Amino acid sequence: MTPAAVRVLRWGSLGLLGAALLAFPLVVTNAYYARVGGLVLLSAISASAWNIVGGYAGQVSVGHSMFFGAGAYLPLLLYNQWQLPPTLGVPLGMLVALGLAVLVGTPTLRLHGHYFSMATIGAAELIRIVVSNWEFVGAAIGLRGPAVSRTVWDFAFRSVVPYYYLFLGVLAVLLAVTWRLERTRIGYYLRAVKAGERAARSLGVPARRYKLYALMVSAAFTALAGSLYALWIGFVDQESGFGILVSVEMIIITALGGAGSLFGPLIGALILIPLQNLTNALYGGSGTGLTFLLYGGIIVLIARFEPGGLIELWQLRVRPLFKRAKR
Amino acid sequence: MVLIQVVMGGLLLGAVYALFSSGLTLIWGMMNVVNFAHGEFVMMGMYTAYWVYTLAHGGVWSFTPLAALLLFLVGIAVYAGLIRNVLRGPMLGQILSTFGLALFIRYAAFWAFSADFRTLPDTLVGGTVELGVIRLSVPQLAAGSVAFLLTIGMHLMLTRTSIGSQMLAVAEDRSAAMLMGIRPDRMQALAWGLGAANAGIAGALIATFYYISPTVGESLALTAFVVVCLGGFGSVPGALAAGLSIGVVQSLSAYALGPIYKDIVVYAIFVLVLWVRPQGLFGRF
Repeated sequence: MTPAAVRVLRWGSLGLLGAALLAFPLVVTNAYYARVGGLVLLSAISASAWNIVGGYAGQVSVGHSMFFGAGAYLPLLLYNQWQLPPTLGVPLGMLVALGLAVLVGTPTLRLHGHYFSMATIGAAELIRIVVSNWEFVGAAIGLRGPAVSRTVWDFAFRSVVPYYYLFLGVLAVLLAVTWRLERTRIGYYLRAVKAGERAARSLGVPARRYKLYALMVSAAFTALAGSLYALWIGFVDQESGFGILVSVEMIIITALGGAGSLFGPLIGALILIPLQNLTNALYGGSGTGLTFLLYGGIIVLIARFEPGGLIELWQLRVRPLFKRAKR
Repeated sequence: MVLIQVVMGGLLLGAVYALFSSGLTLIWGMMNVVNFAHGEFVMMGMYTAYWVYTLAHGGVWSFTPLAALLLFLVGIAVYAGLIRNVLRGPMLGQILSTFGLALFIRYAAFWAFSADFRTLPDTLVGGTVELGVIRLSVPQLAAGSVAFLLTIGMHLMLTRTSIGSQMLAVAEDRSAAMLMGIRPDRMQALAWGLGAANAGIAGALIATFYYISPTVGESLALTAFVVVCLGGFGSVPGALAAGLSIGVVQSLSAYALGPIYKDIVVYAIFVLVLWVRPQGLFGRF
């Protein structure tokens, strides 16, 4: 294929994907499927946010639930404590997440590899236990959002469609930011750090500082995903906000699609979330167990056979077949 | 008087922490892999105890060795089927592999045994002993002392026997050990077998007085991380000292501040240690 043809194909498939995502709620009017569509986009947002620090910078955080939880809790906390519109809590949640990122990231980013993962688990678990025992933020019961929209700022709609387009817009912005990051200095620095931190530092890359930048961007968008979740579902408790499985889901989705690639998280979400809803629908309550059993199996298989995820599988194994056939 | 009692209880629980954490630290020391599924190994040991008792009415003396054997085989299988292949790959793959394994085992148990909390009957190893002014329950005393002896045994095995020296040699320098005629692959498999067996024994021991559920491994694994971080990665004596201290800290904070604070204090210590001294108290580097 000529480079021009490759470009046409690439932009063409991208346009098709975008058009399909835009048209989805117009074509699929069934409420259940529309809800699954919203969940796919929401998971794609949080996974793409994780991807910045976990994929590009190679710092496998298992504590991103703390950012997600901060984003999910603040809007509902403002509503519950002072009857303020939840949307006001969205920027606040992102600010708190930024603060947490600096507070937790500064010491833990000095650690490498497995240490960093363990430290982030520890920090997130600490925060979860504090939240689950703190009456002011709902303790073990959780927080509820406004049932009916008082003003437009409550952002409580009955239909999924407004949320869906909001999610799509946020995802587009996040992917654009990631795309810019890939092509600017910070992106090169992060990939250098991932490939070999010591080597990168010896070449003058301020590794720790740029890892922190990556964590901050990632944390802010993860918090935004949490806020969107809270605005949409209208309820959050310590498990759905700060639970370790929240972090795990971001990691699995990213790893399945391809960590460190722009569209990996979206592809992962497009596969895993419908699968998750299918097992839940088929097996009801015990489906939760089955879902995570599947998750575990999928992660082990990815780790064992294709740590680069589906995108790398495509690039390394499938695409060469086409090229050979063309010749 | 109460204080001595609390400290003793903490030490006994801490010895069990030390036992399964020494497995985690051994695996880390040998090949720089954190086994995120370690808590699930403990959980498998607990279920082994439960089912051996429930189905065959076996006592402590039958289910503890059985749990050790079973988990030894599981450890070897995990190494041969999974870890050996991800060791040379990227770090994300290493973390994902044991993490996925943890989820898989946890929710396989969830699916097979349901989420019910189970316990072994108190009468299995019952009673209390009075030591002067304090009173200790026999299951805890037995579990604590067996775990303490096994952890020391593990240290002696590593430092005093030929096979232990071979393992330490592989931990020190894999290729140099290979040139000396040691097979690193076998030693690493052995580390996984022994590490998992330790977790299995610890699980069987605490099953006599602890609740058994598919998700019990999660908090136990976090405790093991704290112990290993505090004691220093790769150090068995460090794990022993740290395990005992964490046990005492846990029971003291539960006693002085209330039960919910015991985990908060432990995780706070964890974050603090990683913050100021990531190599741990007895770390080698």
